[in-house]
Amino acid sequence: MDKKKNNNIGRGEFLARLGAGSALTVAALTGCKPTNLKFDPYNVDDDDVPTDKMTYRTNPNTEDKVSILGYGCMRWPMRKGENGRDELDQEKINELVDYAVAHGVNYFDTSPVYCQGNSERATGIALSRIPRDKYFIATKMSNFSNYTRENSILMYNRSFELLQVDTIDYYLLHNIGSDIKSFENRFIDNGILDFLIEERKKGKIRNLGWSFHGSKEVFDHILAYHEKVHWDFIQIQMNYSDWQNARGRNVNAEYLYAELEKRNIPVVIMEPLLGGRLSNVPNHISARLQEQEPERSVASWAFRFVGSYPGVLTALSGMTYEEHLQDNIRTYAPLIELTQEQKQFLFETAELMLQYPTIPCNDCKYCMPCPYGLDIPAILLHYNKCVNEGNISRSSQDENFRKARRAFLVGYDRAVEKERQADRCVGCKQCNEHCPQRIDIPRQMRRIDKYIDELRKSREY
Amino acid sequence: MLRKFRIVAAAMCFTLITLLFLDFTGATHAWLGWLAKIQFLPAILALNVGVVLFLVVATLLFGRLYCSVICPLGVMQDIFSHFANKRKKNRFNYSPAKSWLRYGVLLVFIATMVAGFGAIALLIAPYSAYGRIAQNLLSPIWKWGNNLLALIAERIDSYAFYSTEVWIGSWATFAVAAATLIVVGYLAWRSGRTYCNNICPVGTVLGVLSRFSLFKPVINTDKCIDCKRCGRNCKASCIDVENHAIDYSRCVVCFDCIESCSKGAIKYTLRTKSSKSKVEASADNSRKNFLVGTALLATSAVKAQEMKVDGGYATIIDKQIPNRKTPLTPPGSCNSRNMAAHCTGCQLCVAACPNQVLRPSTNLQTFMQPTMSYEKGYCRPECNRCSQVCPTGAIKPISVAEKSSTRIGHAVWVRKNCIVITDEVECGNCEHHCPSNAITMVPLDKENRRSRMIPTINKHRCIGCGACENLCPARPFSAIYVKGFSEHRTL
Repeated sequence: MDKKKNNNIGRGEFLARLGAGSALTVAALTGCKPTNLKFDPYNVDDDDVPTDKMTYRTNPNTEDKVSILGYGCMRWPMRKGENGRDELDQEKINELVDYAVAHGVNYFDTSPVYCQGNSERATGIALSRIPRDKYFIATKMSNFSNYTRENSILMYNRSFELLQVDTIDYYLLHNIGSDIKSFENRFIDNGILDFLIEERKKGKIRNLGWSFHGSKEVFDHILAYHEKVHWDFIQIQMNYSDWQNARGRNVNAEYLYAELEKRNIPVVIMEPLLGGRLSNVPNHISARLQEQEPERSVASWAFRFVGSYPGVLTALSGMTYEEHLQDNIRTYAPLIELTQEQKQFLFETAELMLQYPTIPCNDCKYCMPCPYGLDIPAILLHYNKCVNEGNISRSSQDENFRKARRAFLVGYDRAVEKERQADRCVGCKQCNEHCPQRIDIPRQMRRIDKYIDELRKSREY
Repeated sequence: MLRKFRIVAAAMCFTLITLLFLDFTGATHAWLGWLAKIQFLPAILALNVGVVLFLVVATLLFGRLYCSVICPLGVMQDIFSHFANKRKKNRFNYSPAKSWLRYGVLLVFIATMVAGFGAIALLIAPYSAYGRIAQNLLSPIWKWGNNLLALIAERIDSYAFYSTEVWIGSWATFAVAAATLIVVGYLAWRSGRTYCNNICPVGTVLGVLSRFSLFKPVINTDKCIDCKRCGRNCKASCIDVENHAIDYSRCVVCFDCIESCSKGAIKYTLRTKSSKSKVEASADNSRKNFLVGTALLATSAVKAQEMKVDGGYATIIDKQIPNRKTPLTPPGSCNSRNMAAHCTGCQLCVAACPNQVLRPSTNLQTFMQPTMSYEKGYCRPECNRCSQVCPTGAIKPISVAEKSSTRIGHAVWVRKNCIVITDEVECGNCEHHCPSNAITMVPLDKENRRSRMIPTINKHRCIGCGACENLCPARPFSAIYVKGFSEHRTL
C-alpha cells in the first residue's frame, strides 16, 4: 500500500539524501525547527476512525449481530524472539485486538495451523481479556496431514483449550473443495462430520460451516449436504477480481455467491483483498481508483465491493498493522455500498490488472515450510512486486533493461536469503497440494529461476 | 618538491591498488588491473618482459623509486613510520648494511621457489603480503561499511547499494596476513624500512641495481655541517653522515633527507664520483609466527512435525566442503604446475571472485594459492574476473567462450546422498542447472520407465563448473560433486 514511492534513486541522489538526513538529525538535535509551516503537522492523523459507526449484519440462524469487518488471525505481527527465531508479538496482538473491539469489530477467525500453529493460542490470550459476549470466535478443523478420528478430535478439543472458551461460535471444515476423495477421507469416513453435528446439538458449536477453495463440482457436491446437515454459513474467496475472472482453478465468486444466496446461507468472505494484491497495485491502477474518491484508499474499494452484497455476513482481513485496521474501520464504519456503475468500474479495473502477469499468491504461507528450505511466498511476492513496478523486462532490448535488472537482482537478494531462492527448488511438488490458489509452484520456481539466470548472465534475450 | 611529488604519487598508487582489492563489484578491475601487473615479482612470474625491463631501467636511472611509490607494502610501512614520527622526531640512526642477511634471504627465497616450495617462500614477497592484508583485514571492514549503506538504501527503496557476504575463505591465510601486518607494522613503527632492506627479496634485487643508478641523492661536503639531521630522518638508515656516504643499495629515494637538510647540502642529481659504503654484519633476525585458526561449523538438524502448520522455514544445514583429492583450480590456470610456478598468493583473484568460489588453499604445497569449492556458489559461466585480474599469469586471461569449453574437473554422483533415494522424491535440480548439458536423468529402476529419475553424467561434456554440486539439495554433503583435474582439458 505504501510501497509506491519512486524506486529509481541513483547513487548520487542516495548519498545526497543520506546527507540531508544527517543534516535534519543535526537540526533536530540542536533544536532548530523548520519554519514556513502552513499547517500544524502534529494534528492531521487518525481523528477520523469512528468507534460507534460499524455496520453489522445479522446471522439468520442465531441472530448474531456480526461486524461486517472480521479479523483474520492468519497474519499476526511477528518479532524476533530471544533465541533469534520469529515468534508472535503478543503485546502487539493484544493492542490490535483491543483497538479492533473498541471500534466495533467482533468476529475473529483463526485456525490450529495458522502462524506456524501459534495463532489460536495468541488469539485466545488476547481475547480472554475481553468479556465473552463481546466477540464471536471462528476456528477450523485443519486435519490435513493426519485425519484419523482421534487426531481430529484432539485438534477440536485443543481449540477450546487454546482459545479459552466453552463454545465456538463458528466452526469450519477447513479448506475443502480440491477433490471429493479428500473431503470424504477427512470428514465422512472417520465420522468427524457426524461428531461435529452432535457437538452443534450440544451447543458446543453454534454455527457449523466450511471454507472452500477448489472446483465447481466439489462445491456443488458438498453444498448438496445442506439438506442433511444444514450448513449455517460458508466461507468463500470473493473479490472484484475473482467475481468473473477467477484465476487458476478457482471458481468465479459470482457463481459461488449466487448458489449460497439462493439457499439463504450466510457468506463469510476471505481474501477480499487477495493478500494485498488488490491494494499493492501498479501506479496507474492506484491513480485510477483514487481519482474517483481521493480521500479513500485503494483497499477500501475491495472491501466496499464485498460489503455491497447483502448475503455477506462478514469480510475477513488479516490486518498485521494498525494502519490496516484503521483503514478498514474507516471503510466499514459505516459501509457505503457501491452503486451498480461503481461495481462495473471495478470489473473494468480488474480487467486492466489482469494485463499484469502477476502470480496469484496471497502470501497465506500454506505451502510453507518447504522441506528443501525455499521461501516460496517471498520469491513469488518479489516477482509480483517487480511486475507491478515494471521491473520485469521481456527482452534485453527493453528500454529500461539495465535498471530493471539491477532492481530485480538486488531486490531479490534482499527479499530472499540466497539459500532459499528459486534455484533450490527440486521440483518434488509437495507444496502444490497445499496451495489454495492452485499455483503450480515448482513450475513457477523454474520459470523465475530461468528469468533470474538470464538476468545474471546479462545475456541478450 | 621532489618529496611532495613522491608522496602524492605513492598515495595515489596505494589508494588505487587497495581499491582494486576492496572492490567486490568488479567495476574497477578493468581500470586498475594494471597496478597489480606492474608489480615486480608478479611481472617476473608472468614473464612480462616489458614491465620487468621498465622497472630495471627505471631503477638504473632513478634508484629504488619502485619501493617508494609502486610497492604497496613499502607505502604501508611509510604510513606506519609517518605516525611514529609524530610521536618522536629524528628517530632514525645510521646502521650498517646486513648484507649476509639480505643476500642470504634472497638466495633461500630463489632456491625454495625453484625447488617448488614457492608457497612458503611467498610469505615474504611484498606485493602479495600486502594483498593478503588488504583482502583479509581491510576488505571485511569495507564490506561491513557497504552493508551498512545497503541497509539504509533498502530502507529508502534505493538499489544503489547491495549487501554482500563478509566471509573469510581460510583462517590460516587470515592469520598469516595478521602476523605480517603486526611484524611489518612493528618494524616500520620502530625503525622505518627495516623489512625492505633486510628481508624483502625484491628490495634486495633492486638494491643491487640502484647501487649504479644514474640519479641519486649526493651529499655536498662543502655545505654539510655534520648536523646529522639527514641521517636521523632517513627511514632506510642508510646515510653515514660521519663519512658523508649514502648506501645506495638501501636508499629508497624518498627525498626525506633533501627536505630535512637546512643547508641544502643534499641534492638529487647525476652522480659524478662513486661513493662507497661500508658493510658490516650484525645479527638481527625476525621471525614470523603462524597461527592457524579453526572454524567450527555449527549445524542443527531438521525437526519433524506432527501437524503440518502454515509458514515457517525448514532449517538449512550448512554445506560442508568435500575432500577433493585433486584440488580444483580456476579455468585459465591450465594445470597445477602453472599455478604453483606463478602464483604469489596475493589474493586478488579471491577478492575478485563474485561467487565465493575461490579461497586460499590451506594445503602446505599450495599454501595461500587459490583453490575452488562450491558450497557457497559455483563458477558461473559468464564470469572470468579472476583471469582478468591475475597479475602473474597463474590464471591466464580466458574468454567466456574459451571458459565454457575448458574442463577443470568432472562431476561424480554419490548415490547414498541423493534425495531421490534418501527422501524418495523427484528431483533433477542438477540436470536442470547444468550449463553444458552433461547430465541426463534416467529411471532409477531400469525396468520401469516411469520410476523416479536419477542423474547420469557424460564426463566428457562436464566442465566442472559446480552448478550441480552447489544447487544439489542434499546436505551437508551434496549428492553430486566435482573432482578436479590437475591438467585442464578442452571440450
